[in-house]
Amino acid sequence: MSNTGNANEESKKECLIISWKDLTCGALVRDLKRIKENKTGTWRSLKPIWNKEKCVNCYRCWMFCPDGAVIIENDRVVGINYDYCKGCGICAKECPKKVQAIIMEREEK
Amino acid sequence: MILAKTGNEAIAYAMKQINPDVVAAYPITPSTEIVQIFSSYVADGEVDTEFVPVESEHSAMSACIAAAASGARAMTATSAQGLALMHEMLFIASGLRLPIVLCVVNRALSAPLNIHCDHTDSLASRDSGWIQIFCEDAQEAYDTTICAIKIAEKSFLPVMVTIDGFIISHCMQRIEVLSDEEVKSFIGEYKPNYNLLDVENPITLGPACLPDSFFEHKRAQAEGMNQALRYIEEVFKEYKERFNRELFILEEYHTKDAEVGILCMGSTSGTAKIAVDNLRGKGYQVGLFKLRVFRPIAVSYLQRSLKNLKILGILERMEGLSAFGGPLFNEVRSVLYDEPERPIIISYVYGLGGREITPEEIEEVFLELLSLKNKKRENIEKFRYINVR
Amino acid sequence: MKSIQDLIKEKELFSSGHRACAGCGEVLAVRQVLLASKKPIVCAMPTGCLEIVSTIFPHTAWQVPMFHSAFENAAATISGMEAAYQALRRKGKIDKKIYFIAFAGDGGTHDIGFQALSGAIERRHSFLYVCTDNQAYMNTGVQRSSATPQFAHTTTSPKGEKLPGKLQPRKDIMEIIIAHEVPYAAQTTVAFFHDLAKKVEKAQSYEGPTFINILVPCPLGWGHLPSLTIEISRLAVETNFWPLYEYENGTYRLTYKPSQPKPIVDWLKLQGRFAHLFEEKNKHLLEEFQKYVDEKYQKLLKKCELSGK
Repeated sequence: MSNTGNANEESKKECLIISWKDLTCGALVRDLKRIKENKTGTWRSLKPIWNKEKCVNCYRCWMFCPDGAVIIENDRVVGINYDYCKGCGICAKECPKKVQAIIMEREEK
Repeated sequence: MILAKTGNEAIAYAMKQINPDVVAAYPITPSTEIVQIFSSYVADGEVDTEFVPVESEHSAMSACIAAAASGARAMTATSAQGLALMHEMLFIASGLRLPIVLCVVNRALSAPLNIHCDHTDSLASRDSGWIQIFCEDAQEAYDTTICAIKIAEKSFLPVMVTIDGFIISHCMQRIEVLSDEEVKSFIGEYKPNYNLLDVENPITLGPACLPDSFFEHKRAQAEGMNQALRYIEEVFKEYKERFNRELFILEEYHTKDAEVGILCMGSTSGTAKIAVDNLRGKGYQVGLFKLRVFRPIAVSYLQRSLKNLKILGILERMEGLSAFGGPLFNEVRSVLYDEPERPIIISYVYGLGGREITPEEIEEVFLELLSLKNKKRENIEKFRYINVR
Repeated sequence: MKSIQDLIKEKELFSSGHRACAGCGEVLAVRQVLLASKKPIVCAMPTGCLEIVSTIFPHTAWQVPMFHSAFENAAATISGMEAAYQALRRKGKIDKKIYFIAFAGDGGTHDIGFQALSGAIERRHSFLYVCTDNQAYMNTGVQRSSATPQFAHTTTSPKGEKLPGKLQPRKDIMEIIIAHEVPYAAQTTVAFFHDLAKKVEKAQSYEGPTFINILVPCPLGWGHLPSLTIEISRLAVETNFWPLYEYENGTYRLTYKPSQPKPIVDWLKLQGRFAHLFEEKNKHLLEEFQKYVDEKYQKLLKKCELSGK
């Protein structure tokens, strides 16, 4: 039972609906940033390790990432966003054979 | 201005004056004419409406929902199978709190196929979260359609305005209409709760709500319906003040001293009024209750008006197929449950599939009720039919 | 045409934090389309995987307006939105150009949403309809759709002692859409981002209904490693199973032609849904599959030739 109690508390916090009285105009979402709370990186069992020295900035990892988890700054790849990377391994697989700037490693825990 | 209009024409004329942004519709007997006449208004440039001649009623309601969610005033019309095909979308319209107005021309639901009037179609949508207002004649349909826009947009609930198929939809009557300007100023501008086309402030509409939030959404929607009667009262009151035309939630006809009453909806009220007149002429104290607003249930009105009767006959134009009567019977009966004194209530199913009902038949019902009024309620057969062979 | 240098500067309009499976081809297609699209955009989608992974209250991955209403009505929904836009623009309440995009899977396009789509196209609303085709009903747990290829194992066309998976070949949705005489329809897949981006831009340069059919591998439903999503998408093209082509103003054109087409088994062998075809008793089905692919491709080439391209 205590587990149920916790789950309820958790879901209340997550939802932030204090009461139905806050919901006056049907089901919609106005806060588009809150999705960032979903740290899908916790799903990962394999972890991409990006090597800056080897990277040629072809952006293939970026264009094929289903989670938009390859970070580009000033037109250069600068790393992987582990908060959201689910470890699918597409980036490592699609990194050109002769470059191999990304390798997959087992997650520690 | 006074015009000769059928029910369908009256509604189409009201729609022209409302000049909605979007009408998405699919033809179905007997509501077809509404769409047909409206499309000629579009063709003649008499309205600014974007008319979407969709490929099904499901798409008609889907498009109306999308349009209303995009900041547009949206309307449509349908009957029977069309309303049944919309059924899924009716819940979505109300769940998203979109003020769409739908004119339903009541017709029996198949099978067997029948194109004539009964109330099964709209009564079968009773739990879809729509306000439902039944009209007796073309005049009421015209006035109610205009009011429905305002009721919907005040309550953020969708509204069905209904007329009886063929009996009203195709019958020419004298109606008084307002000027275009009067209608325009009465309904005002649509001020949406949210707008998908506001690209500067994007929203996601229609997310999946899991057990942690679905219940709250439904509770909030229920509150919308709890408050709806107040908006209907407000709008009817304003309509009367501005245009001197009275619209009722529950209309009463010779009920003050009546011990015996009949309650019904739609065009049969007109027939029943003649029956009341005839019997009053013969000295019987009988009265008629014409229920206009079926959703929300007009609890306070029904309780106040019906509790002092000795016996009440409920004329129901639907076979509930429940082995315990139809929705009108069951709901009115339930409303009176908490009253210490309450009438005997008898269900009379009538007029299915357009079977005609005459003043004489209603007089017979009144006489039957008179003969039963002093009997013990447990000894009375509650479920009766009018004119079934 | 946006270059890759332009595309990397585009704002991500499909946010991280969505709950799609690792290696999901469908959300990748959506992300790619949104990057490539002209702006501003207003979107609709039916019920399905995409909706469930991207819009669980109070979260949404969509950084543009998105409306989900029901399963069978994405095209009717986009019609209503576009009709509202036309009406409000006429009344001077909206002054800017807005691009409408509907995203729907193969269920919402080929099957339950088909009638609404045909109607919306016939009425000539202005919108881009993107079908993210993963060849089965994935959201409910991999049931066959009319887009499922012949012989694929799904949970409602299971391989068994008697039956080798789905018996019927898939519906050719492109030809059906083209028969509506749309100004533009194209087929592409996520492994060919440049091709996809170019087709989105082209589609949006037309008024009226346009269509892009995107093959999106589904690791769960197809039974492949998540890391192979792009590889499998690419092989679908290299084996001629999924030719990249477009139909524009009445002409067909291949937008990519494999120099040396690979045998279909190269594509099939990576996917669990076709594993049974490699059993001894089913070997002849591999030949049948190859024959189907070849014939279909030849027919397409003929159409391109007839179009003079």
